[in-house]
Amino acid sequence: MSSTLAEQFTKGRFTAGPDADGFYGDFGGRFVAETLMPLILELEQAWEWSRTDENFRRELAEYQRDFIGRATPLYYAERLTEAFGGAKIYFKREDLNHTGAHKINNCIGQILLARKMGKKRIIAETGAGMHGVATATVAARFGMDCVIYMGATDIERQQPNVFRMKLLGAEVIPVESGTGTLKDAMNEALRDWVTNVDSTFYLIGTVAGPHPYPALVRDFQSVIGRETRAQMLEREGRLPDTLMACIGGGSNAMGLFHPMLDDESVQMIGVEAAGHGIETGEHAASLNGGQPGVLHGNRTFLLQSDDGQIIDAHSVSAGLDYPGIGPEHAWLHVQKRVNYVAVTDREAIEAFKLCCELEGIIPALESAHSLAHLAKIAGDLPHDHIVVLNMSGRGDKDMASVANWLEEHGDTDKLPDTTVAAAEPGSVDDMQPPHDVAKKTGESE
Amino acid sequence: MATRISRRFEALKEENRAALVTFTIAGDPNYEASLATLRGLPEAGADIIELGMPFTDPMADGPAIQKAGQRALRAGQNQRKTLQMVREFRQHDQDTPIVLMGYYNPIYRYGVEAFLKDASEAGIDGLIVVDLPPEHDRELCSPAMAAGLDFVRLATPTTDERRLPRVLENSSGFIYYVSVAGVTGGRAPTPDEVEHAIGRIREKSRLPVAVGFGIRSADQAAAIGRFADAVVVGSALVDCIDKADSSDAGTRAVHELTRELAGGVRSARG
Repeated sequence: MSSTLAEQFTKGRFTAGPDADGFYGDFGGRFVAETLMPLILELEQAWEWSRTDENFRRELAEYQRDFIGRATPLYYAERLTEAFGGAKIYFKREDLNHTGAHKINNCIGQILLARKMGKKRIIAETGAGMHGVATATVAARFGMDCVIYMGATDIERQQPNVFRMKLLGAEVIPVESGTGTLKDAMNEALRDWVTNVDSTFYLIGTVAGPHPYPALVRDFQSVIGRETRAQMLEREGRLPDTLMACIGGGSNAMGLFHPMLDDESVQMIGVEAAGHGIETGEHAASLNGGQPGVLHGNRTFLLQSDDGQIIDAHSVSAGLDYPGIGPEHAWLHVQKRVNYVAVTDREAIEAFKLCCELEGIIPALESAHSLAHLAKIAGDLPHDHIVVLNMSGRGDKDMASVANWLEEHGDTDKLPDTTVAAAEPGSVDDMQPPHDVAKKTGESE
Repeated sequence: MATRISRRFEALKEENRAALVTFTIAGDPNYEASLATLRGLPEAGADIIELGMPFTDPMADGPAIQKAGQRALRAGQNQRKTLQMVREFRQHDQDTPIVLMGYYNPIYRYGVEAFLKDASEAGIDGLIVVDLPPEHDRELCSPAMAAGLDFVRLATPTTDERRLPRVLENSSGFIYYVSVAGVTGGRAPTPDEVEHAIGRIREKSRLPVAVGFGIRSADQAAAIGRFADAVVVGSALVDCIDKADSSDAGTRAVHELTRELAGGVRSARG
């Protein structure tokens, strides 16, 4: 480790950001239209207030316990540990949260801020539904109007999540503009916000967007890392050696990493989606295959052309299918504090299957990406090397994606008979017939 | 120092009328047609030309301008071609101010220094960049002004008294007042609200004030042109290209609407 890096640890510098202008080094900022600036400054004040206000902290803690179901367990993955034959593996079980992923940690925090700011209408973007469902859930709980923007194609393919959102009282608006992907849903949410700026709170789902969103989403997700730190000290009497998490926008990773960024002994690995392979150009690895640029209110690494036009991401997991990444990750990448790697669709699917078979846990395809990288390195690590992997969500939502992928790749021995799937139309989590399937099922991390 | 923009506003002050500012996207529906449209705009009555730089993710634009940008990108438009288009325009017109409008990323990716140099040489007079509020003046505003380009700032209905001085501080050329909170091509502003807002800006700045967003017709242009220094029309012109059967027809339709709008601003203070 270089002396500069060591020096930064002693100063606690890795947790000091952002600066007053919302920058982490060269990344972040508030690159938004003037119409939104006054509101963003107001939100920043509310965020500052929320960090220290005792009543807010107490109420947030109550909802985390009673509504989300926190603390989530730190689970020893014994059979994967044996199978890999090296590092001792723990999962932080965010998949056991209410609504099935870490997304709700952020949603509950932001809706309390929205209430504080007197907003009655909530909008959000969603790739294929997980953040949308979490947002609709908290909007229902707090009696607020809720509008979710979602790509038109994803709506068609993700009827179960659309149905969930509607049951929860949300209006789901199909986004036809652009290329109809998650980034277009985010563009459309920004357009709604700029039009209804007085009444509306934009509940962003990841550590992206203009300052203060990356910082406030991080703060609400940091409960993951704080719990992990305490649970590990109680369980093993020491900190973990390595933390691992998948990266789309990067909120589950930031939540796990941030409370231990200044603990020098803790290594961190963020796993991006390499899709068909970075060399093919069809991937979602902004850090490993992108360039710095400005989109959705912040400067970060983006998938883009030489002309500065944004390129669509590709991943089997829609949760990672975003052409950017949170600005704090961009900074940690440049600082070399966190090691960012990428795994392909195929590697993620293999890890997904392994986790189902060995641990009895169906992981989200997003989380399967970090597991895929762990599979590559765990065997070479000593038995006393402790790894905590963030099991950011459960994989029920991914049944159709996985079935589709397996069918496309001729791996059909576990695929359901279409007549069986059709026999249970009432189940929202039902596996769809493979020919009618969805590529996208998750959410920007 | 007198610039094309300041000279144009001085001349219009003599005429006692508002400027008509047209907005179209460079390269929409293709390079040749877009250049033909651009070349005919001054004769049709455009006093200042805003030329949009297409971007894949135009967060502040409504459907009309989003589609226009996509048409242009599909036809192969890029930053270099947009600058080239202005160079070709300048071969025949040395007087009509051209302001490039768009989003920061294509400029950032081009390289700010290189872009400013190439834009100045191409004959561009100013920039309007939607996602660069005054908090980010160091990115582009200050370097642009140092390079002799005007940086036209957007003020909006949400810009309050406390914030307005900061917005006006480093603006140059003119102020663009976004008349409604929303995206381009949305609802029309009510003239009373706009007149009041312009009054507030004039208390704090001597720059001309242009008004845009939601203005589509000659009557609307006349109503706003009664008190504003300039009236900006974009989505309505871009719609002409969208609806046309051919690119030639699109160019003709843009020029025809421009003539009507020019009549509007000329009749405003009659």
